[in-house]
Amino acid sequence: MSLKFKTNSARLQSMSMFDLKLIQHIANLASIPLKTGETEKLASEFESTLKVVANLKELDTSKVKPTYQVGALENVWREDVINKHRMFTQDQALANAPKKHNGHFTVPQIIDKG
Amino acid sequence: MSIPHKNYHKDQPNTWTLAKTRKALTNKEITLEEIYKAVDKAIAQTKNLNIYLARDNQALTKTHQRTNLPLAGLPIAVKDNFCTKGLITTASSNVLKKFIPPFESTVTTKLQQAGGVITGKTNLDAWAHGSSTETSDFGRTLNPRNLDYLPGGSSGGSAAAVAADTCLAAIGSETAGSIRQPAAWCGVVGLKPTYGRCSRFGVVAMASSTDSPGPIAKTVEDACIVFEQIAGFDPYDSTTANKSVPKLTEELNKGIKNLKIGLLYSDIKELQSSYKLIEKELAVFERLGAKIEPVKALDPHYAIGVYTIVQRAEVSSNLARYAGVRYDLGRTQFGAEAKRRIMLGTFTLAKGYADKYYLTAQKVRTLFKKDFDQLFAKYDLLVSLTSPGFAKKVGATEGQAMFGELEDMLLEPSSITGLPGLNVPCYRNPQTNLYLGLNIIAPMWREDLMIRAGHAFEQATDWNSWRNDQ
Repeated sequence: MSLKFKTNSARLQSMSMFDLKLIQHIANLASIPLKTGETEKLASEFESTLKVVANLKELDTSKVKPTYQVGALENVWREDVINKHRMFTQDQALANAPKKHNGHFTVPQIIDKG
Repeated sequence: MSIPHKNYHKDQPNTWTLAKTRKALTNKEITLEEIYKAVDKAIAQTKNLNIYLARDNQALTKTHQRTNLPLAGLPIAVKDNFCTKGLITTASSNVLKKFIPPFESTVTTKLQQAGGVITGKTNLDAWAHGSSTETSDFGRTLNPRNLDYLPGGSSGGSAAAVAADTCLAAIGSETAGSIRQPAAWCGVVGLKPTYGRCSRFGVVAMASSTDSPGPIAKTVEDACIVFEQIAGFDPYDSTTANKSVPKLTEELNKGIKNLKIGLLYSDIKELQSSYKLIEKELAVFERLGAKIEPVKALDPHYAIGVYTIVQRAEVSSNLARYAGVRYDLGRTQFGAEAKRRIMLGTFTLAKGYADKYYLTAQKVRTLFKKDFDQLFAKYDLLVSLTSPGFAKKVGATEGQAMFGELEDMLLEPSSITGLPGLNVPCYRNPQTNLYLGLNIIAPMWREDLMIRAGHAFEQATDWNSWRNDQ
């Protein structure tokens, strides 16, 4: 996941990390529409959550490798074959779509949105 | 209304254990019609508890010719984050409130192949984000043991379904406590298998690196019967291990003589009053021939941080798929809790912050793994309280952004490291009718050890409310 994100080191140090601009920026990245008043509430909730997790820095992890997964499995392969018994029909695939057009999904416009 | 300690009634087959019911069916002492009549009645009587979101009215007709199978047409409730073909699956979120899956999850496929019948879909915290069932977009579930209290969560609907005898067993899923904690709060048995033991295929994804489906049941034996049917390698989930499924029901009575058990977290100050209540119960293990002693373990307060960061990061990625295009109603429908988690996850993964939060959390996860490795070099099993205390009152989550993380503190270390765990009831407050649960943890893939201890404890004590069912 590569997200372009402007780091403000002064802000990282400050007491209140989440200004409203940062919350709005995260909301945009996560494509979460926010209602009026929600931004302030989220800022204070994030603040209190990060306070709870701040104790992690008490531990020395300088020589520790991260654990991203707990199973011992690596590089699990399968044959690249199509199982026709599992395929959805076009109708099945479209059955839950909120909007469709001529047998296709209708997607939101993302280019030239104005 | 409050359901008394003894659930079992000879004339009400919905209150029988799954094991007893199965035997009675084989011996033709009861018919499936009688069982379903009693179950339907129990569901109708507990409608105000908001346990079920959807029901399959054709359930009884699906039971025909299944009596020779391991689950013999028996009614089983399923958490509403398992996709069930043709039966609405919402994960308790408005985003999926119209979603009728065109496919079946592996766990429910196996359940039905074994003869099990899904009687209904149970309520959960929306997207399984929580430990109260109070964040469901479709209203909270109440604890059948005492209606002023929450059932826990996220599998609160499934735990309540079992406690209220509206099914013979249920399916839940756990990311960090979501099987064991509601089982503790509702006074039932919850078995969280080793990560990779049960397939995640067709389960609405939460945190993929710890999500583990498993049974919630009346007794340890019942949980083992269901486990044997739903566990195993699945080609559709590449994180399931290609290992044979242990026959837990054959291990049940092997006892715990000479096993070494480490007692976790009894040195934590805020837990003293709860540990005091179960002091006598812990001594039961000694009586059964095991050796139990307190151990020093990595402080579970650190696991809160690891879990919070890793879970939100994985949530932000997993819930990115709900864009209102293919099968959901889009991102405007997310509730407050989901928004919080998606956004905080996006933040902890973002450039400039990922090292400080996400990477650090994954490193501390390694420390927990090493800590357990060292403990299991000396001990066969580890036990702790499941939850720091009793069930919390209705409304307790309001304004508490970290409610679940704190309630699940004692389970998070074993969850983030993938270990199997079992909750068995180990104390009941006679005034409130609320329970404490004992959490029994085993090394990876050693569910057999933990169920031996759980079953021995259940048999030696009187805390299981189906205990009279002999």
